[in-house]
Amino acid sequence: MEQYYFHSVTLDTSKCKGCTNCIKYCPTEAIRVRNGKAVIIKERCIDCGLCIRICPYHAKKAVTDPLESIKNYKFKIALPAPTLYGQFGPDYTRERIVSALKQYGFDYVFEVARAAEIVTNATEYYMANKEIKKPVISSACPAVVRFIQIRFPNLIDNLLRIESPMEVAAALSRQEVNEKYGIPLDEIGVFFISPCAAKVTSVKAPYENRKSNVDGVLSIKDIFLPLLGIMKKQGDITSEPFSLSSAIGVSWAVTGGESSAIKEGRRIAVHGIHSVNDILEQAVKGNLDNIDFLEVLACPEGCLGGPLVVENPFIAKVNINNEIAKIAKNQAHRVLPKHKDVKEFEWKSTVEYRPIMKLDDDMMKALEKMNMIDVITEGFLGLDCGACGAPSCRALAEDIVRGDAKETDCIFKLREKVNSIAHQLHQIESAGSMSDDNK
Amino acid sequence: MSSVVVRDYIIPANDFTIAGDASSNVRKILSQIGVAPDIVKRTSIAMYEAEINAVIHGNGGQAHVEIDENKIVIIISDQGPGIADLELAMQEGYSTAPDSIREMGFGAGMGLSNIKKNSDILEIKTAVNEGTTVYITVFFK
Repeated sequence: MEQYYFHSVTLDTSKCKGCTNCIKYCPTEAIRVRNGKAVIIKERCIDCGLCIRICPYHAKKAVTDPLESIKNYKFKIALPAPTLYGQFGPDYTRERIVSALKQYGFDYVFEVARAAEIVTNATEYYMANKEIKKPVISSACPAVVRFIQIRFPNLIDNLLRIESPMEVAAALSRQEVNEKYGIPLDEIGVFFISPCAAKVTSVKAPYENRKSNVDGVLSIKDIFLPLLGIMKKQGDITSEPFSLSSAIGVSWAVTGGESSAIKEGRRIAVHGIHSVNDILEQAVKGNLDNIDFLEVLACPEGCLGGPLVVENPFIAKVNINNEIAKIAKNQAHRVLPKHKDVKEFEWKSTVEYRPIMKLDDDMMKALEKMNMIDVITEGFLGLDCGACGAPSCRALAEDIVRGDAKETDCIFKLREKVNSIAHQLHQIESAGSMSDDNK
Repeated sequence: MSSVVVRDYIIPANDFTIAGDASSNVRKILSQIGVAPDIVKRTSIAMYEAEINAVIHGNGGQAHVEIDENKIVIIISDQGPGIADLELAMQEGYSTAPDSIREMGFGAGMGLSNIKKNSDILEIKTAVNEGTTVYITVFFK
């Protein structure tokens, strides 16, 4: 169980002002303000990073591995997420970025875009199976997988049971380096260069309960300046041999990239965790039974809008699309690596329902608690003002019933109580002065 | 505190934006009290279909829900036109939905049979020009 409680998304208490911005937006109601500071309820957090984006004081952050950690390995592999290519602007081509990674100190670069193509291929074979539950829901975004685990247990069976491009890239690159150069496996360090906090969590505490093939996760934000510095001084790189992925893999960075890479079927792409919630609600009701594939990404504008990126997602999208257009010109045909053996990349175990919203293990008691929550909620004004530190009046009522808060955390309830005490004091005082008069 | 949870919902007429809110809300309650996911799913599908029926055919109506530790009982009633031939209405694919509704992807004639499939007990009381009341029971064990 312990591993569930690692989270990349954390709070910098010194910067937190105790305002209510984050609690209002959190899709799993995982944040409370207690004693003037935000507190993240670890069991509920899905590492979507929305609070990082919302916080006006930058008090929410994502823990990633420091850049120096690559030095712990003799042979260093970089796995750049395709989102990296959108960060630098039109002068900085993929070729330049990839060679800058090598100049930075990586011995080998394996594009996650390459693995994304393999996952696309594997997805097509997977979808050809008539037995599978539709719509197939993408499992590439780890925040969404965790969201489904706690909110939509009925959709767990719809998840695409194929490893994410990051994991496929890690496994394949390690194997390639080991075979090509004879480097012992324990001397190889595999580093994902990430736009995403949830990927950090999925490496440190994988939901499928197995060890990740990634050794460390570096943020795009951290490596941005070093790479830019290298590229500004970069000499001629045209002589270097490049074997880069096709447009299909790179397009995974943009919303709709994963779903439109699949050859056929009715596909939808949804991004932004609250929109994802809405579409999953539709899926639960059976309204998406005529949809074959559902791409769901927690961040607005998908991975380009990740909490660890530098560039504005819309500008990054132009950059990526330009890069894609260039590749498309070079490669007229749809080139996908053949990986017929889907089994190799299939999940070996499944993700589990995590009923953390449950009120009590005993259903009788849970029902009683539900009624208590109703009664307490009735007693509140229903402003959902957040001043108590909970996102809504009902959430405060739930906290009270769970024993984590008290009624007078509500400032209106507190005012009522203070008024009634003041009234009582007044009565006692006037009774006292009356008896004084009688003397 | 009582251990029966009761909920009442108004189902608005012809408003597809709100249709389904009641069953979503019930789904959340059932998850919170610890009902198994597959039973939650069956219940919410059955309730959603009945809710949609009330919206499409019944001119709106109301839902009354009672949950105890063994079961959920959902009563959805409307004051609509009623069902003339209940046996026919229960058949898969039979529908009286107008084209405007079918264009929106509803009215495929699967509603009642879907409710039946997903509930443990289904009872329907209907009278032409008076309305329809659907009683759905799903057991938790």
